[in-house]
Amino acid sequence: MTVTENPRTYKYVGTRPVRHDGLDKVTGKARFAADLDMTGQLRAALVRSPHAHARIVSIDASKAEAMPGVKAVVTGADFADLDPTHPEFDMAVNLMARGEALYNGHVVAAVAAVTAAQAAAAAAAVEVDYEPLPAVLTIDEAIAKGAPIANTTNRTLFSGDAEPSNLASVNEFGRGDIEAGFEAADIIIEREFRTAAVHQGYIEPHACVADCGQDGKAVIWASSQGHFAVRSKTAAALGWSTDRIKVIPAEIGGGFGGKTTIYLEPVAVLLSQKAARPVKLVMSREEVLRATGPAPATKITAKIGATNDGEITTLQSTMYFDNGSTKGFSALTGAMSVASYKLPNLELHAIGTVTNTARSAAYRAPSAPQAAFAVETLIDELAQRLGVDPIDLRLQNAVVEGDATAMGMPHPKIGFVETLEAIKNSDHYNSPVPEGAGRGVATGFWFNIGEQSSATVNLNEDGTATVVTGSPDIGGSRASMALMAAEELGLAVDRITPIVADTESVGFTDITEGSRATFATGMAVVNACRELIEELKQRAATIKSADVERVEWVDGAAVIEGEDRLTIPEITAMAKNTGGPLTATASLNAAGAGPSFAVHVADVAVDEETGETTILRYTAAQDAGTAIHPSYVEGQIQGGSVQGIGWALNEEYIYDSNGVMENAGFLDYRMPVASDLPMIDAIIVEVPNPSHPYGVRGVGETGIVPPIPTLANAIAAATGVRMTSLPMSPPRLLAAITGGADG
Amino acid sequence: MPRTHALRTQVQCTVNGDEVDFLCADETSLLNALRDELGLTGVKEGCGTGDCGACTILVDGKVNCACLMFAPEAEGSSILTVEGIAQGDELHPLQQTFLEGAALQCGVCTPGFLVAAKALLDENSDPTETEIRYALAGNLCRCTGYDKIIRAVQEAAVQLNGASK
Ligand code: FES
Ligand code: FES
Repeated sequence: MTVTENPRTYKYVGTRPVRHDGLDKVTGKARFAADLDMTGQLRAALVRSPHAHARIVSIDASKAEAMPGVKAVVTGADFADLDPTHPEFDMAVNLMARGEALYNGHVVAAVAAVTAAQAAAAAAAVEVDYEPLPAVLTIDEAIAKGAPIANTTNRTLFSGDAEPSNLASVNEFGRGDIEAGFEAADIIIEREFRTAAVHQGYIEPHACVADCGQDGKAVIWASSQGHFAVRSKTAAALGWSTDRIKVIPAEIGGGFGGKTTIYLEPVAVLLSQKAARPVKLVMSREEVLRATGPAPATKITAKIGATNDGEITTLQSTMYFDNGSTKGFSALTGAMSVASYKLPNLELHAIGTVTNTARSAAYRAPSAPQAAFAVETLIDELAQRLGVDPIDLRLQNAVVEGDATAMGMPHPKIGFVETLEAIKNSDHYNSPVPEGAGRGVATGFWFNIGEQSSATVNLNEDGTATVVTGSPDIGGSRASMALMAAEELGLAVDRITPIVADTESVGFTDITEGSRATFATGMAVVNACRELIEELKQRAATIKSADVERVEWVDGAAVIEGEDRLTIPEITAMAKNTGGPLTATASLNAAGAGPSFAVHVADVAVDEETGETTILRYTAAQDAGTAIHPSYVEGQIQGGSVQGIGWALNEEYIYDSNGVMENAGFLDYRMPVASDLPMIDAIIVEVPNPSHPYGVRGVGETGIVPPIPTLANAIAAATGVRMTSLPMSPPRLLAAITGGADG
Repeated sequence: MPRTHALRTQVQCTVNGDEVDFLCADETSLLNALRDELGLTGVKEGCGTGDCGACTILVDGKVNCACLMFAPEAEGSSILTVEGIAQGDELHPLQQTFLEGAALQCGVCTPGFLVAAKALLDENSDPTETEIRYALAGNLCRCTGYDKIIRAVQEAAVQLNGASK
């Protein structure tokens, strides 16, 4: 279902063709990184620290090296010695420990052997002498007075401090007068919220194949959200120049932010260099959970004030985000995501901590879901106390174009009000709440980003086209590229082949992150098509001996002086005689990314005997700007919603007192399955982004922001219990219901 | 020269209608044998512990996780993987409805879902939404939220029933 504000109609944009890479994916032909095998290939295995924090006294690989089939062993001593101020220092140390193991699962050595079994056996035979050090495992431990230092290379970002610290970053910002804001308020609500670390949960484990040649150059086949970033990060970790590395993108089996960094490629390259054979390195699921990805655990206090008329006067919040073993920006983005309401008085403290747990990574709208849990819960309570409809309260305070974001910059054209109204007018919201159930609503916001992209459009001899980009396709973006090219050129979408090219075959392109691929890379495709059309008009003028000023491009053909028509195949057939092949390239650093807002509503039933929450109905509305391929926009909304549902109800990292993850498998790290869920009704709102030729905003991330507070609010409506810690799993919810307190 | 490892076992079975044989160590999983010995990389590994369904195959018509079987257990059996679902170049209705219904995003879970859904429809030609959700509860998809997968299975059931009437 689409709620259309979009005044323009298109021929191809907004249709739902079968995606170009689909056939390979339903027949098993699509090649993900773990599916690739090279002649003479070795298999590699990693040696991981059993300690959460330990000094590596010595590593003796002599026994391992003597084992059958073993061809190479590498340790931290083989890697480039980066200065701690190098921007890739943390990434590089995370993929191979130097001197200290910083968390349970931290890689300390790697082995390559003829078979995977030989590599695993040899990895187990590498002798590492550890001197255990005190470990810091939680936010509270990290900020405690006199706490041991989790990572002695960590300095608080931008603090100028020379001393190591357990604080990764400390940011404060706001506006107005907080005290006056609370004085003006008739109702003040304050709560503390806690959330556990969670994983992105992509189904494809990290994998790569590397082949280092005698010429000192390496080819890497990688599953990543950005193969140019794989190249630059690998180069940094090895101390190589980028021209020594070529990265070929494999199909990627999900990323959600977790494949914006790397873990394996430099290790595989070094092993390949030592062994002079290709090396394949694939993580197990246990390794993925123990040592990649998690989104930060948090502790957030938030205090909100409003008048009896429903005007929110002030918000004050202190947000701790645990970055894990090395620093990151997670706290800042979480605080910045508090941007949905007119808040005349605002005070935000964002603090990132460092602990001896796996280094955190981006996860879909990084840090916004945890912040939204806090703020949207308080807004719901305000509505309850004021006795007003929770959507009406939000409409009253919603930001519109020109209102300040959390950082103070004005919002560009946004569709928050329209998205709230889409839910307010939805069939779901206007149907009665089922007997015994509770209904909750909540909203979410994400910035989206632009960044650098390149695209080349080649017209083939027969008038078909190839659209070449450098953006890995993680959710159907190839189809979107083809649709925009089809619209520009006037060429049927099935006559266009969109491909993702390697690092030597297309211009530099940043990572597929920040919901940017369809927005920014799409813009590069549009620009290349427009350049191509100018060339096509020129060629048509040459063929017809006409003045190019009198040639127009209409519906896939050059129209000369309003009558004579030359189609693309007719022009490409003559290309050789009119100036050669028809091709165009465009590159850009895209500005004007359009923020996307989402509003969700859920009806839940809570079994008061087991504490189990059943979602009876779920509807998610989101502003897409313009939906290029609506099916995949709905898919992003639905997929993000369900990840958020898992985060809300079940998912959490459970560590024992030694910092060992106790649930490092899909049996115990329980993600939602089909039988846990109802259909997710997706409503696409279209308030076009004026900075994009088709109005695209980017839809990848916002969908994960509202589900946690949506369900918390629905559970509160059903049970009267306000949950302030995640997950709201059956035992915790049961304890809260029976104890009358929060679980 | 002394042997450092045991000779491998030979296994004979039928895979996607073809008689095949391969060599494997006794502890090799059927998943690794299918992928590494027979090149059937459409069978995916998401967990290796029977918890994600990415490796779903049919063994003598029954749904199995290839990662939970030892390869020698396949001796004499008939195996169907995603590579064997289409009839020549004609897609199975499920493959068609997955494509048309955008029931895949990254697609790494898709082979497992297709095999599991085929097994369901082979047994129950007109499943309810709840029956579909439970039949596919052993298959994880992190991208789609399942909505479009369920609808694609419903649509394939309608098409299959239409064809058989
Ligand atoms: S790989 Fe077999 S169930 Fe996950
Ligand atoms: S489509 Fe990516 S896991 Fe299902």
